[in-house]
Amino acid sequence: MSLSARMLILLLMLSPGPVLLAAEGKSIQTQRSITDRSIEWPAWEDWRRVFFMQDYNTRVVILGTTLLGMSAGMIGSFALLRKRALMGDALSHATLPGIAIAFIIGSTLGLNGKSLPLLLTGAAISGLLGIAGILMIRNLTRLKEDAALGIVLSVFFGAGIALLNIVQQMQTGHAAGLESFIYGKTASMIASDAWLIGGAGLSCVLVALLLYKELTLLCFDEGFADSRGFPVVLLDTLLMGLVVIVTIIGLQAVGLILMISLLVIPPAAARFWTEKMLWLTVVAVVLGALSGMIGSGMSAIFPNLPSGAMIVLVATAMFLFSMIFGVPRGILVRKYRRYELNTKVNRQHLLRGLYEYLEAHQQLPIGVTDSAPPVSLSALEQLRSWSLPALKKIIRSAQDERLVTLLSDNRVQLTLSGLKEAARVVHEHRLWELYLITYADVASSKVDQDADAIEHVLEPEVIAELESLLVRQSTEGILQSPHDIDLPQSLSAPTFRRTN
Amino acid sequence: MGGLAQWSWTLDGWIIVAGMLCAAATALLGNFLVLRKMSMLGDAITHAILPGLAAAFLISDSRSSLPMFVGAVIAGILTALFTEWIRGFGKVDEGASMGVVFTSLFALGLVMIVQAADRVDLDPGCVLYGAIELTPADTVLIAGWEIPRVVFVLSIVLLINLLFVILFLKELKLSSFDPALATTTGFNATFIHYALMTLVAITAVASFEAVGNILVVAMFVVPPAAAYMLTDRLGVMLILSVLLAMFSAIIGHISAITVPYWFGFQSTSTAGMMAVAAGLLFIIAALFSPRHGVVIVFLRRQFLAWQILADDIVALMYRIEERDPELRPDAFYLRDILFSRPLPTSLTLGYLVRHSQLVHANGTYTLTDTGRDRARQLVRSHRLWEHYLVEHAGMSTETIHRQAEQLEHFTDRELRDRLNADTLDTDQDPHGRPIPPEEHAP
Repeated sequence: MSLSARMLILLLMLSPGPVLLAAEGKSIQTQRSITDRSIEWPAWEDWRRVFFMQDYNTRVVILGTTLLGMSAGMIGSFALLRKRALMGDALSHATLPGIAIAFIIGSTLGLNGKSLPLLLTGAAISGLLGIAGILMIRNLTRLKEDAALGIVLSVFFGAGIALLNIVQQMQTGHAAGLESFIYGKTASMIASDAWLIGGAGLSCVLVALLLYKELTLLCFDEGFADSRGFPVVLLDTLLMGLVVIVTIIGLQAVGLILMISLLVIPPAAARFWTEKMLWLTVVAVVLGALSGMIGSGMSAIFPNLPSGAMIVLVATAMFLFSMIFGVPRGILVRKYRRYELNTKVNRQHLLRGLYEYLEAHQQLPIGVTDSAPPVSLSALEQLRSWSLPALKKIIRSAQDERLVTLLSDNRVQLTLSGLKEAARVVHEHRLWELYLITYADVASSKVDQDADAIEHVLEPEVIAELESLLVRQSTEGILQSPHDIDLPQSLSAPTFRRTN
Repeated sequence: MGGLAQWSWTLDGWIIVAGMLCAAATALLGNFLVLRKMSMLGDAITHAILPGLAAAFLISDSRSSLPMFVGAVIAGILTALFTEWIRGFGKVDEGASMGVVFTSLFALGLVMIVQAADRVDLDPGCVLYGAIELTPADTVLIAGWEIPRVVFVLSIVLLINLLFVILFLKELKLSSFDPALATTTGFNATFIHYALMTLVAITAVASFEAVGNILVVAMFVVPPAAAYMLTDRLGVMLILSVLLAMFSAIIGHISAITVPYWFGFQSTSTAGMMAVAAGLLFIIAALFSPRHGVVIVFLRRQFLAWQILADDIVALMYRIEERDPELRPDAFYLRDILFSRPLPTSLTLGYLVRHSQLVHANGTYTLTDTGRDRARQLVRSHRLWEHYLVEHAGMSTETIHRQAEQLEHFTDRELRDRLNADTLDTDQDPHGRPIPPEEHAP
């Protein structure tokens, strides 16, 4: 960790005071650069070098982060579906005391306290203890998952900080750089780090692929998996173990906090593009790989951009894009579908309103080619709680479909195809009402509302089934309404009251 | 030489006061985060305020406190807002949306800070440790008293939080336990939500600056969680959580300056040890809470299991006497019928003999009069229940035994009398067995 960074942060963290004043002297060198915010546009040569990965260092870093993004995307997909997105957060914090203790033990025994396998072992053990803590709090107490995560995260991290503080006072080992191991510096990644990431990441991916079916079942239906004799607890622990391993190998590359984002963001983004587990993992792996590649590439081109943070921001950009434009679950697609449905529902309400009005006034045309008599807008307006502008908009949309004609004297007339469509809609509405009355014991005075909400989304197969279920009633074309149609009193003709 | 030997009221005293104030202010709001299942929000906010700090610095081009504070609080509130939006509009699970938001904001903050300072390797760690140890070094003059600035700021924050909680206790309670009801009863649950989020952000930022984020995150969750284990009442929980938080601040600092000396080191991070102390208090509360403690719940279940086993044994003995007075059952025979394990069975048999409900002779057991009374009541309960279940709950005679088996252990005299009245004083159960009388026939 560089001293100037600490100075800068302390400066940024405000306030005059003796300690900060002491820092003032050294901060003067960074003073100029603080106000210098220009980003130099790199030359073509730089682009080419990065693009074709000509530098050894760039090659290593890009390869390493890409592999990391892939394995995190894969493992993260399961974690996301298991609603364990923040588990990585808690776990990465929980590794800290293990790292410190491993260092203390290592250097007390006269070993190299900073040997990577030793520290990783410590990190893994303490991460697993963290998992055990989370599972125990969740299963044995009345606290929920979020509290369990928060408790383990903060207490382990606190213990880790306290231990690190002691580590720094140790005479035997050389602790400097231990923190940079924890917080990671992507740019200084060396080949062996990339190999470690690649090896560990690939083994995680392999394990996940071998147990793909089991893990998928675990994510979607734990109870079912349990009842089918799958070792649920073992699988769960295994999944968490995979999260721990990926988190630990990522610590060095992108740092503690940013590692979580690689586990969370690509799968969350992939979720907008698919409903299928397999595609979710594939898309998450691709997005993770792209984030690693583009992020570290950009960082290599623009020396001002820290690679870990850039990887995350690239992932975030992909997430935002997916959230807005994703098919089938993105915001725009869902909004559009909702709009379509609303238009359809309104149109069907209009048609049914017209039909039932004509029916109530016994003005329905008898022959197939006869045209229906027009209905005034003001009469229509009272059928439902339509405002006049809303009604006009609905009529216009129906007119575009050639279902109705708006006459010049503010009256609406069903066209021939409109009449046919209206008859169909009314028929389906009543079929559903009958079904509700016959099979769902809904009171006939209430049935209209229930059917109203549901009739628009009926599939043809459902209609056919309803027809066959209720075949007795549906022999004579359009069904009779099973209840009095509640037209405003002033509109009802005296002949209207039906007695069925 | 121990750490306490260097104790100084002006230094350690102020550090502890700062820790206690921070702990109290955060724990107070933390109760509602825990109840709303948003415990991770404190962690998210403390990470996500980085871009706020950087932006404030870039815009105001100054290092003064106020713009920084405002920037950080805005970033904190944005974290809550963005999380809510992504969850709502994107239909992303709460944890995931929080993860997306705070890590993204954190990354953005890193990039901005590096932009502000050319070619600086940034270590996020040092932003997060905080420096509660430096509390006494930076003082302000308030009404002639020289007190640390941190203590002054945190007192104000604590005061605001206290006022908020006291003024809106009813609304907070309702909207935490039943947001839907809260909305239908007319007051604005959304307003309460965002007011709470704003205060959480302010508290996090103010404490973060003073004591580092570890302590903030720990105190938001751990003391309220411990208090939640100890009580079912919100008011008690609030008070307990604040007390626990302040207590862990005290133990935390004392152990930070003493414990490392035992191993030959100097003092260690106070904030870290305060979090550890809170964790230890939580473990104690979670294990030994009189109502919800893990140990207590386990023991209660064990006692219940033993009591039921004892019930089963005497009831079985009664039935054996009823059917075959000549049969003298031994422990093995009883275990065989009850499917019970050897150790609990022999322990329970020993208990029953000691309380003179059974007599043990030549390896076989017989009921005493006391034991027979207890057994008769149990069998009576069982058969009354069987009768009731057939007559009133419409169950078939094949399935009632298991149900009655469970109910019999929890049936007292009064309930038996009511069952008896309901079953019109019949003296036979649906299987044709006699229902024993309440009192022993002389």
